[in-house]
Amino acid sequence: MTALSALIRRDIRIALRVGGGALIGVLFFLTVVVLMPFAVGPDLALLSRLGPAILWLGALLASLLTLDRLFMADHEDGSLDLITMSRTPLELACAAKALAHWLAAGLPLIVATPVLGLLLNLDMVATGAVALTLLAGTPALTFTGMIGAGLAVTLHRGGLLMAVLVLPLSIPVLIFGVAASQAAIVGPMTFGAPFSILCALSLVSLVVGPFAAAASLRHGLD
Amino acid sequence: MSLIDLANPTRFLALTARVLPWLAGATVILLAIGLYQSAYAPDDYQQGATVKIMFIHVPNAWLSMFVWGVMSIASLGTLVWRHPLADVAAKAAAPIGASFTFLALLTGSLWGRPMWGTYWEWDARLTSVLILFLMYLGLMALWRAVDDPSRAARAAAVLTLVGAINLPIIKFSVDWWNTLHQPASVMRMGGSTLDKSFLIPLLLMAIGFTLLFVTLHLAAMRNEILRRRVRSLQMMQASRVAFSSEVGAGSRQENASTGAA
Repeated sequence: MTALSALIRRDIRIALRVGGGALIGVLFFLTVVVLMPFAVGPDLALLSRLGPAILWLGALLASLLTLDRLFMADHEDGSLDLITMSRTPLELACAAKALAHWLAAGLPLIVATPVLGLLLNLDMVATGAVALTLLAGTPALTFTGMIGAGLAVTLHRGGLLMAVLVLPLSIPVLIFGVAASQAAIVGPMTFGAPFSILCALSLVSLVVGPFAAAASLRHGLD
Repeated sequence: MSLIDLANPTRFLALTARVLPWLAGATVILLAIGLYQSAYAPDDYQQGATVKIMFIHVPNAWLSMFVWGVMSIASLGTLVWRHPLADVAAKAAAPIGASFTFLALLTGSLWGRPMWGTYWEWDARLTSVLILFLMYLGLMALWRAVDDPSRAARAAAVLTLVGAINLPIIKFSVDWWNTLHQPASVMRMGGSTLDKSFLIPLLLMAIGFTLLFVTLHLAAMRNEILRRRVRSLQMMQASRVAFSSEVGAGSRQENASTGAA
Protein backbone atom coordinates (compact mmCIF):
# COMPACT_ATOMS: atom_id res chain seq x y z
CA MET A 1 0.00 0.00 0.00
CA THR A 2 2.81 2.39 0.89
CA ALA A 3 4.55 1.47 -2.34
CA LEU A 4 1.47 2.41 -4.34
CA SER A 5 0.92 5.69 -2.51
CA ALA A 6 4.59 6.52 -2.95
CA LEU A 7 4.22 5.82 -6.68
CA ILE A 8 1.16 8.06 -6.88
CA ARG A 9 2.88 10.88 -4.97
CA ARG A 10 5.99 10.62 -7.13
CA ASP A 11 4.00 10.71 -10.39
CA ILE A 12 1.93 13.70 -9.30
CA ARG A 13 5.04 15.55 -8.19
CA ILE A 14 6.77 14.90 -11.52
CA ALA A 15 3.68 15.95 -13.44
CA LEU A 16 3.38 19.19 -11.52
CA ARG A 17 7.05 20.13 -11.50
CA VAL A 18 8.41 19.11 -14.88
CA GLY A 19 7.44 21.41 -17.69
CA GLY A 20 4.10 22.35 -16.18
CA GLY A 21 2.66 19.00 -17.24
CA ALA A 22 -0.80 19.44 -15.77
CA LEU A 23 -1.25 23.00 -16.96
CA ILE A 24 -0.32 22.15 -20.54
CA GLY A 25 -3.42 19.94 -20.70
CA VAL A 26 -5.63 22.79 -19.45
CA LEU A 27 -3.99 25.17 -21.92
CA PHE A 28 -4.68 22.73 -24.76
CA PHE A 29 -8.29 22.38 -23.59
CA LEU A 30 -8.66 26.19 -23.54
CA THR A 31 -7.14 26.48 -27.02
CA VAL A 32 -9.50 23.87 -28.50
CA VAL A 33 -12.52 25.63 -26.97
CA VAL A 34 -11.32 29.03 -28.19
CA LEU A 35 -10.85 27.65 -31.71
CA MET A 36 -14.46 26.45 -31.90
CA PRO A 37 -16.17 29.87 -32.28
CA PHE A 38 -13.84 30.59 -35.20
CA ALA A 39 -15.02 27.39 -36.87
CA VAL A 40 -18.77 27.63 -36.24
CA GLY A 41 -19.16 31.42 -35.94
CA PRO A 42 -19.69 33.66 -32.90
CA ASP A 43 -23.39 32.84 -32.61
CA LEU A 44 -24.05 32.57 -28.86
CA ALA A 45 -27.24 30.53 -29.21
CA LEU A 46 -25.51 27.98 -31.43
CA LEU A 47 -22.48 27.88 -29.12
CA SER A 48 -24.60 27.21 -26.06
CA ARG A 49 -26.32 24.41 -27.94
CA LEU A 50 -23.01 22.87 -29.02
CA GLY A 51 -21.31 23.72 -25.72
CA PRO A 52 -21.44 20.34 -23.98
CA ALA A 53 -20.23 18.56 -27.13
CA ILE A 54 -17.35 21.02 -27.57
CA LEU A 55 -16.30 20.71 -23.92
CA TRP A 56 -16.44 16.93 -24.09
CA LEU A 57 -14.41 16.75 -27.31
CA GLY A 58 -11.84 19.14 -25.86
CA ALA A 59 -11.53 17.14 -22.66
CA LEU A 60 -11.30 13.88 -24.62
CA LEU A 61 -8.46 15.15 -26.80
CA ALA A 62 -6.68 16.87 -23.92
CA SER A 63 -6.71 13.79 -21.70
CA LEU A 64 -5.75 11.35 -24.46
CA LEU A 65 -2.97 13.41 -26.01
CA THR A 66 -1.18 13.82 -22.69
CA LEU A 67 -1.38 10.07 -22.07
CA ASP A 68 1.09 8.56 -24.50
CA ARG A 69 4.00 9.67 -22.28
CA LEU A 70 2.50 7.85 -19.24
CA PHE A 71 5.00 4.96 -19.34
CA MET A 72 7.46 6.39 -21.85
CA ALA A 73 9.38 8.64 -19.45
CA ASP A 74 9.64 5.83 -16.89
CA HIS A 75 10.85 3.49 -19.61
CA GLU A 76 13.55 5.94 -20.69
CA ASP A 77 15.03 6.45 -17.23
CA GLY A 78 14.70 2.79 -16.26
CA SER A 79 12.22 3.14 -13.42
CA LEU A 80 9.63 1.16 -15.39
CA ASP A 81 11.89 -1.89 -15.15
CA LEU A 82 12.03 -1.43 -11.37
CA ILE A 83 8.24 -1.18 -11.24
CA THR A 84 7.92 -4.32 -13.38
CA MET A 85 10.30 -6.29 -11.19
CA SER A 86 8.97 -5.11 -7.82
CA ARG A 87 6.77 -7.27 -5.62
CA THR A 88 3.77 -5.01 -6.14
CA PRO A 89 1.53 -6.55 -8.83
CA LEU A 90 2.06 -4.79 -12.12
CA GLU A 91 -1.69 -4.35 -12.59
CA LEU A 92 -1.94 -2.37 -9.34
CA ALA A 93 1.11 -0.31 -10.22
CA CYS A 94 -0.45 0.52 -13.61
CA ALA A 95 -3.71 1.50 -11.90
CA ALA A 96 -1.77 3.72 -9.47
CA LYS A 97 0.05 5.44 -12.30
CA ALA A 98 -3.20 6.05 -14.17
CA LEU A 99 -4.84 7.39 -11.00
CA ALA A 100 -1.92 9.78 -10.49
CA HIS A 101 -2.19 10.90 -14.10
CA TRP A 102 -5.90 11.50 -13.69
CA LEU A 103 -5.33 13.53 -10.50
CA ALA A 104 -2.62 15.60 -12.14
CA ALA A 105 -4.07 16.03 -15.64
CA GLY A 106 -7.75 15.09 -15.50
CA LEU A 107 -8.92 17.00 -12.44
CA PRO A 108 -7.52 20.37 -13.64
CA LEU A 109 -9.63 19.97 -16.80
CA ILE A 110 -12.77 19.63 -14.69
CA VAL A 111 -11.78 22.61 -12.56
CA ALA A 112 -11.33 24.64 -15.73
CA THR A 113 -14.72 23.63 -17.14
CA PRO A 114 -16.79 26.43 -15.48
CA VAL A 115 -14.53 29.12 -16.97
CA LEU A 116 -14.73 27.56 -20.41
CA GLY A 117 -18.50 27.20 -19.97
CA LEU A 118 -18.68 30.99 -19.65
CA LEU A 119 -16.92 31.37 -22.99
CA LEU A 120 -19.48 29.07 -24.60
CA ASN A 121 -22.49 30.84 -23.08
CA LEU A 122 -23.51 27.89 -20.89
CA ASP A 123 -25.66 28.66 -17.86
CA MET A 124 -25.03 27.38 -14.33
CA VAL A 125 -27.03 24.17 -14.69
CA ALA A 126 -25.42 23.25 -18.00
CA THR A 127 -21.91 23.94 -16.72
CA GLY A 128 -22.58 21.91 -13.61
CA ALA A 129 -23.93 19.03 -15.67
CA VAL A 130 -20.93 19.02 -17.99
CA ALA A 131 -18.50 19.22 -15.06
CA LEU A 132 -20.27 16.37 -13.28
CA THR A 133 -20.29 14.13 -16.38
CA LEU A 134 -16.62 14.94 -16.97
CA LEU A 135 -15.88 13.99 -13.37
CA ALA A 136 -17.60 10.65 -13.92
CA GLY A 137 -16.29 10.05 -17.46
CA THR A 138 -12.66 11.19 -17.58
CA PRO A 139 -11.44 8.25 -15.43
CA ALA A 140 -12.75 5.99 -18.18
CA LEU A 141 -10.77 7.99 -20.76
CA THR A 142 -7.59 7.80 -18.69
CA PHE A 143 -7.88 4.09 -17.96
CA THR A 144 -8.70 3.21 -21.58
CA GLY A 145 -5.97 5.48 -22.86
CA MET A 146 -3.53 3.73 -20.57
CA ILE A 147 -3.79 0.68 -22.86
CA GLY A 148 -2.53 2.84 -25.69
CA ALA A 149 0.26 4.16 -23.46
CA GLY A 150 1.33 0.59 -22.67
CA LEU A 151 1.38 -0.26 -26.38
CA ALA A 152 3.32 2.94 -27.11
CA VAL A 153 6.12 1.82 -24.80
CA THR A 154 6.35 -1.71 -26.14
CA LEU A 155 6.27 -0.54 -29.75
CA HIS A 156 8.64 2.41 -29.22
CA ARG A 157 6.11 4.55 -30.96
CA GLY A 158 3.51 7.06 -29.96
CA GLY A 159 1.64 9.88 -31.56
CA LEU A 160 -0.99 9.42 -34.23
CA LEU A 161 -0.94 5.62 -34.32
CA MET A 162 -1.87 5.47 -30.63
CA ALA A 163 -4.62 8.06 -31.13
CA VAL A 164 -6.05 6.02 -34.01
CA LEU A 165 -6.00 2.87 -31.88
CA VAL A 166 -7.48 4.37 -28.71
CA LEU A 167 -9.99 6.94 -29.96
CA PRO A 168 -12.53 4.34 -31.26
CA LEU A 169 -12.48 2.73 -27.81
CA SER A 170 -13.55 6.02 -26.23
CA ILE A 171 -16.67 6.42 -28.37
CA PRO A 172 -19.05 4.96 -25.72
CA VAL A 173 -17.76 7.41 -23.09
CA LEU A 174 -18.28 10.32 -25.47
CA ILE A 175 -21.79 9.18 -26.36
CA PHE A 176 -22.98 8.79 -22.79
CA GLY A 177 -21.13 11.84 -21.48
CA VAL A 178 -22.74 14.13 -24.04
CA ALA A 179 -26.10 12.35 -23.68
CA ALA A 180 -26.12 12.87 -19.91
CA SER A 181 -25.19 16.56 -20.22
CA GLN A 182 -27.83 17.14 -22.87
CA ALA A 183 -30.39 15.30 -20.76
CA ALA A 184 -29.71 17.62 -17.82
CA ILE A 185 -29.90 20.75 -20.00
CA VAL A 186 -32.73 20.20 -22.47
CA GLY A 187 -34.25 16.84 -21.62
CA PRO A 188 -36.47 15.00 -22.49
CA MET A 189 -34.44 12.06 -21.22
CA THR A 190 -33.81 11.60 -17.52
CA PHE A 191 -30.31 12.46 -16.38
CA GLY A 192 -29.96 9.29 -14.33
CA ALA A 193 -29.93 6.62 -17.04
CA PRO A 194 -27.05 7.85 -19.24
CA PHE A 195 -25.16 9.10 -16.19
CA SER A 196 -25.22 5.73 -14.46
CA ILE A 197 -24.12 4.01 -17.67
CA LEU A 198 -21.28 6.52 -17.85
CA CYS A 199 -20.28 5.57 -14.29
CA ALA A 200 -20.51 1.89 -15.27
CA LEU A 201 -18.20 2.49 -18.24
CA SER A 202 -15.70 4.14 -15.89
CA LEU A 203 -15.85 1.18 -13.50
CA VAL A 204 -15.41 -1.35 -16.33
CA SER A 205 -12.39 0.50 -17.71
CA LEU A 206 -11.01 0.69 -14.16
CA VAL A 207 -10.83 -3.11 -14.26
CA VAL A 208 -9.97 -3.78 -17.90
CA GLY A 209 -7.43 -0.97 -18.41
CA PRO A 210 -4.82 -1.97 -15.82
CA PHE A 211 -4.96 -5.63 -16.86
CA ALA A 212 -4.53 -4.84 -20.55
CA ALA A 213 -1.77 -2.30 -19.94
CA ALA A 214 0.05 -4.69 -17.58
CA ALA A 215 -0.29 -7.50 -20.13
CA SER A 216 1.18 -5.39 -22.89
CA LEU A 217 4.03 -4.22 -20.64
CA ARG A 218 4.77 -7.73 -19.38
CA HIS A 219 4.77 -9.29 -22.84
CA GLY A 220 6.31 -6.37 -24.62
CA LEU A 221 9.31 -5.34 -22.50
CA ASP A 222 12.34 -7.47 -23.01
CA MET B 1 -3.74 -34.43 -35.51
CA SER B 2 -4.27 -31.82 -32.84
CA LEU B 3 -3.69 -28.09 -32.91
CA ILE B 4 -0.27 -28.41 -31.30
CA ASP B 5 0.96 -30.66 -34.12
CA LEU B 6 0.45 -27.73 -36.45
CA ALA B 7 2.92 -25.68 -34.40
CA ASN B 8 5.58 -26.88 -36.79
CA PRO B 9 5.36 -24.47 -39.75
CA THR B 10 6.68 -27.07 -42.19
CA ARG B 11 3.98 -29.53 -41.20
CA PHE B 12 1.40 -26.74 -41.45
CA LEU B 13 2.60 -25.85 -44.94
CA ALA B 14 2.46 -29.49 -46.04
CA LEU B 15 -1.05 -30.00 -44.68
CA THR B 16 -2.48 -26.79 -46.12
CA ALA B 17 -0.91 -27.50 -49.50
CA ARG B 18 -3.00 -30.66 -49.60
CA VAL B 19 -6.20 -29.10 -48.20
CA LEU B 20 -6.23 -25.78 -50.05
CA PRO B 21 -7.20 -26.99 -53.57
CA TRP B 22 -10.20 -28.86 -52.13
CA LEU B 23 -11.25 -25.84 -50.09
CA ALA B 24 -10.92 -23.53 -53.06
CA GLY B 25 -12.92 -25.93 -55.22
CA ALA B 26 -15.69 -26.21 -52.63
CA THR B 27 -15.77 -22.41 -52.30
CA VAL B 28 -16.12 -21.92 -56.06
CA ILE B 29 -18.89 -24.51 -56.35
CA LEU B 30 -20.86 -23.18 -53.36
CA LEU B 31 -20.53 -19.56 -54.46
CA ALA B 32 -21.57 -20.50 -58.01
CA ILE B 33 -24.69 -22.29 -56.78
CA GLY B 34 -25.42 -19.49 -54.30
CA LEU B 35 -25.03 -16.75 -56.91
CA TYR B 36 -27.18 -18.66 -59.39
CA GLN B 37 -29.90 -19.17 -56.79
CA SER B 38 -29.79 -15.56 -55.64
CA ALA B 39 -29.97 -14.32 -59.21
CA TYR B 40 -33.12 -16.36 -59.75
CA ALA B 41 -34.66 -15.55 -56.37
CA PRO B 42 -37.96 -13.68 -56.73
CA ASP B 43 -38.03 -9.90 -56.38
CA ASP B 44 -39.30 -8.49 -53.13
CA TYR B 45 -42.74 -6.88 -53.37
CA GLN B 46 -41.44 -3.69 -51.77
CA GLN B 47 -37.77 -3.51 -52.62
CA GLY B 48 -37.85 -4.99 -56.10
CA ALA B 49 -34.58 -6.29 -57.48
CA THR B 50 -32.45 -4.43 -54.93
CA VAL B 51 -33.17 -7.18 -52.43
CA LYS B 52 -30.51 -9.21 -54.24
CA ILE B 53 -27.79 -7.02 -52.76
CA MET B 54 -28.70 -8.72 -49.48
CA PHE B 55 -27.23 -12.03 -50.66
CA ILE B 56 -23.79 -10.39 -50.86
CA HIS B 57 -24.25 -7.90 -48.05
CA VAL B 58 -25.38 -10.17 -45.22
CA PRO B 59 -22.55 -12.74 -45.54
CA ASN B 60 -20.00 -9.93 -45.64
CA ALA B 61 -21.47 -8.26 -42.58
CA TRP B 62 -21.57 -11.57 -40.77
CA LEU B 63 -17.96 -12.35 -41.64
CA SER B 64 -16.79 -8.91 -40.57
CA MET B 65 -17.65 -9.89 -37.00
CA PHE B 66 -16.66 -13.54 -37.38
CA VAL B 67 -13.14 -12.58 -38.44
CA TRP B 68 -12.67 -10.45 -35.32
CA GLY B 69 -13.72 -13.52 -33.32
CA VAL B 70 -11.10 -15.61 -35.14
CA MET B 71 -8.48 -12.96 -34.43
CA SER B 72 -9.46 -12.90 -30.74
CA ILE B 73 -8.99 -16.67 -30.45
CA ALA B 74 -5.67 -16.34 -32.26
CA SER B 75 -4.67 -13.57 -29.83
CA LEU B 76 -5.46 -15.84 -26.89
CA GLY B 77 -3.23 -18.36 -28.64
CA THR B 78 -0.45 -15.79 -28.80
CA LEU B 79 -0.70 -14.57 -25.20
CA VAL B 80 -1.81 -17.66 -23.30
CA TRP B 81 -0.70 -20.77 -25.17
CA ARG B 82 2.20 -19.17 -27.06
CA HIS B 83 1.24 -21.12 -30.16
CA PRO B 84 3.85 -20.25 -32.77
CA LEU B 85 1.35 -19.91 -35.61
CA ALA B 86 -1.24 -17.91 -33.65
CA ASP B 87 0.27 -14.54 -34.47
CA VAL B 88 0.58 -15.57 -38.12
CA ALA B 89 -3.13 -16.38 -38.08
CA ALA B 90 -4.01 -13.07 -36.40
CA LYS B 91 -1.90 -11.05 -38.79
CA ALA B 92 -3.23 -12.81 -41.88
CA ALA B 93 -6.86 -12.39 -40.79
CA ALA B 94 -6.79 -8.60 -40.28
CA PRO B 95 -6.70 -7.43 -43.93
CA ILE B 96 -9.26 -10.07 -44.93
CA GLY B 97 -11.60 -8.95 -42.15
CA ALA B 98 -11.12 -5.33 -43.15
CA SER B 99 -12.03 -6.21 -46.77
CA PHE B 100 -15.19 -8.02 -45.69
CA THR B 101 -16.16 -5.06 -43.50
CA PHE B 102 -15.51 -2.64 -46.34
CA LEU B 103 -17.61 -4.73 -48.73
CA ALA B 104 -20.43 -4.84 -46.18
CA LEU B 105 -20.33 -1.04 -45.90
CA LEU B 106 -20.12 -0.62 -49.69
CA THR B 107 -22.99 -2.97 -50.53
CA GLY B 108 -25.01 -1.49 -47.67
CA SER B 109 -24.66 2.03 -49.03
CA LEU B 110 -25.40 0.86 -52.59
CA TRP B 111 -28.60 -0.68 -51.22
CA GLY B 112 -29.33 2.44 -49.17
CA ARG B 113 -29.23 4.76 -52.19
CA PRO B 114 -32.46 3.50 -53.84
CA MET B 115 -34.09 2.45 -50.56
CA TRP B 116 -33.35 5.34 -48.20
CA GLY B 117 -32.49 7.94 -50.84
CA THR B 118 -28.99 8.44 -49.49
CA TYR B 119 -25.67 6.64 -49.63
CA TRP B 120 -24.91 7.22 -46.00
CA GLU B 121 -27.22 7.36 -43.03
CA TRP B 122 -25.99 7.68 -39.43
CA ASP B 123 -27.94 4.56 -38.65
CA ALA B 124 -26.82 2.60 -35.60
CA ARG B 125 -25.79 -0.51 -37.52
CA LEU B 126 -23.95 1.38 -40.22
CA THR B 127 -22.13 3.47 -37.66
CA SER B 128 -20.99 0.54 -35.56
CA VAL B 129 -19.78 -1.32 -38.67
CA LEU B 130 -17.86 1.81 -39.66
CA ILE B 131 -16.20 1.88 -36.24
CA LEU B 132 -15.35 -1.81 -36.65
CA PHE B 133 -13.75 -0.95 -39.99
CA LEU B 134 -11.71 1.83 -38.33
CA MET B 135 -10.50 -0.63 -35.69
CA TYR B 136 -9.43 -3.12 -38.38
CA LEU B 137 -7.47 -0.38 -40.12
CA GLY B 138 -5.83 0.68 -36.84
CA LEU B 139 -4.84 -2.92 -36.16
CA MET B 140 -3.33 -3.25 -39.65
CA ALA B 141 -1.43 0.00 -39.12
CA LEU B 142 -0.08 -1.41 -35.86
CA TRP B 143 1.13 -4.57 -37.61
CA ARG B 144 2.93 -2.48 -40.20
CA ALA B 145 4.39 0.03 -37.75
CA VAL B 146 6.75 -2.42 -36.04
CA ASP B 147 9.64 -4.30 -37.63
CA ASP B 148 9.88 -7.17 -35.18
CA PRO B 149 6.90 -9.50 -35.86
CA SER B 150 6.78 -11.10 -32.40
CA ARG B 151 6.77 -7.72 -30.65
CA ALA B 152 3.98 -6.48 -32.93
CA ALA B 153 2.12 -9.76 -32.37
CA ARG B 154 1.82 -9.32 -28.61
CA ALA B 155 0.78 -5.68 -28.86
CA ALA B 156 -1.79 -6.53 -31.52
CA ALA B 157 -3.06 -9.43 -29.40
CA VAL B 158 -3.70 -7.15 -26.42
CA LEU B 159 -5.47 -4.65 -28.65
CA THR B 160 -7.57 -7.35 -30.35
CA LEU B 161 -8.77 -8.70 -27.01
CA VAL B 162 -9.58 -5.22 -25.70
CA GLY B 163 -11.48 -4.67 -28.93
CA ALA B 164 -13.38 -7.92 -28.42
CA ILE B 165 -14.54 -6.64 -25.02
CA ASN B 166 -15.26 -3.16 -26.32
CA LEU B 167 -17.05 -3.98 -29.57
CA PRO B 168 -20.33 -5.04 -27.88
CA ILE B 169 -20.16 -1.94 -25.67
CA ILE B 170 -19.63 0.28 -28.71
CA LYS B 171 -22.49 -1.45 -30.52
CA PHE B 172 -24.81 -0.94 -27.55
CA SER B 173 -23.88 2.71 -27.05
CA VAL B 174 -24.25 3.51 -30.73
CA ASP B 175 -27.74 1.98 -30.59
CA TRP B 176 -28.52 4.26 -27.65
CA TRP B 177 -27.02 7.30 -29.40
CA ASN B 178 -29.05 6.64 -32.52
CA THR B 179 -32.40 6.29 -30.75
CA LEU B 180 -31.57 9.50 -28.91
CA HIS B 181 -30.79 11.50 -32.02
CA GLN B 182 -33.36 10.29 -34.48
CA PRO B 183 -36.54 8.26 -34.22
CA ALA B 184 -36.73 4.93 -36.00
CA SER B 185 -37.25 6.21 -39.50
CA VAL B 186 -35.10 3.59 -41.08
CA MET B 187 -36.62 0.60 -42.72
CA ARG B 188 -35.21 -2.68 -41.54
CA MET B 189 -35.31 -6.12 -43.07
CA GLY B 190 -37.58 -8.50 -41.21
CA GLY B 191 -34.84 -10.99 -40.40
CA SER B 192 -36.87 -13.70 -38.75
CA THR B 193 -39.73 -13.70 -41.24
CA LEU B 194 -37.54 -14.34 -44.24
CA ASP B 195 -39.25 -16.39 -46.93
CA LYS B 196 -37.78 -19.76 -47.86
CA SER B 197 -37.01 -18.60 -51.40
CA PHE B 198 -34.66 -16.01 -49.89
CA LEU B 199 -33.39 -18.06 -46.97
CA ILE B 200 -31.86 -20.94 -48.94
CA PRO B 201 -29.70 -18.80 -51.27
CA LEU B 202 -28.71 -16.63 -48.31
CA LEU B 203 -27.56 -19.64 -46.30
CA LEU B 204 -25.68 -21.01 -49.33
CA MET B 205 -23.95 -17.67 -49.79
CA ALA B 206 -23.13 -17.46 -46.08
CA ILE B 207 -21.49 -20.89 -46.11
CA GLY B 208 -19.75 -20.08 -49.39
CA PHE B 209 -18.33 -16.82 -48.04
CA THR B 210 -17.19 -18.54 -44.84
CA LEU B 211 -15.34 -21.13 -46.93
CA LEU B 212 -13.91 -18.26 -48.98
CA PHE B 213 -12.60 -16.74 -45.76
CA VAL B 214 -11.05 -20.03 -44.63
CA THR B 215 -9.39 -20.48 -48.03
CA LEU B 216 -8.04 -16.93 -48.16
CA HIS B 217 -6.94 -17.10 -44.55
CA LEU B 218 -4.97 -20.33 -44.98
CA ALA B 219 -3.38 -18.99 -48.16
CA ALA B 220 -2.47 -15.73 -46.43
CA MET B 221 -0.99 -17.66 -43.51
CA ARG B 222 1.15 -19.67 -45.93
CA ASN B 223 2.34 -16.45 -47.54
CA GLU B 224 3.14 -14.94 -44.16
CA ILE B 225 5.17 -17.98 -43.09
CA LEU B 226 7.10 -17.93 -46.36
CA ARG B 227 7.59 -14.16 -46.04
CA ARG B 228 9.05 -14.63 -42.56
CA ARG B 229 11.37 -17.35 -43.82
CA VAL B 230 12.60 -15.08 -46.58
CA ARG B 231 13.10 -12.33 -44.03
CA SER B 232 15.13 -14.49 -41.67
CA LEU B 233 17.18 -15.87 -44.58
CA GLN B 234 17.93 -12.32 -45.69
CA MET B 235 18.93 -11.32 -42.17
CA MET B 236 21.16 -14.39 -41.88
CA GLN B 237 22.80 -13.53 -45.15
CA ALA B 238 23.27 -9.91 -44.13
CA SER B 239 24.80 -10.87 -40.81
CA ARG B 240 27.02 -13.41 -42.55
CA VAL B 241 28.32 -10.79 -44.95
CA ALA B 242 28.93 -8.35 -42.13
CA PHE B 243 30.52 -11.04 -39.97
CA SER B 244 32.82 -12.44 -42.65
CA SER B 245 34.05 -9.01 -43.68
CA GLU B 246 34.81 -8.28 -40.05
CA VAL B 247 36.39 -11.47 -38.80
CA GLY B 248 37.30 -13.33 -41.95
CA ALA B 249 36.02 -16.41 -43.68
CA GLY B 250 37.05 -18.85 -40.95
CA SER B 251 34.03 -18.42 -38.72
CA ARG B 252 31.50 -18.52 -41.54
CA GLN B 253 30.45 -22.08 -40.81
CA GLU B 254 29.81 -21.39 -37.13
CA ASN B 255 27.81 -18.26 -37.85
CA ALA B 256 25.54 -20.10 -40.25
CA SER B 257 24.70 -22.75 -37.68
CA THR B 258 23.80 -20.19 -34.97
CA GLY B 259 21.74 -18.20 -37.43
CA ALA B 260 19.69 -21.24 -38.34
CA ALA B 261 18.73 -21.80 -34.71
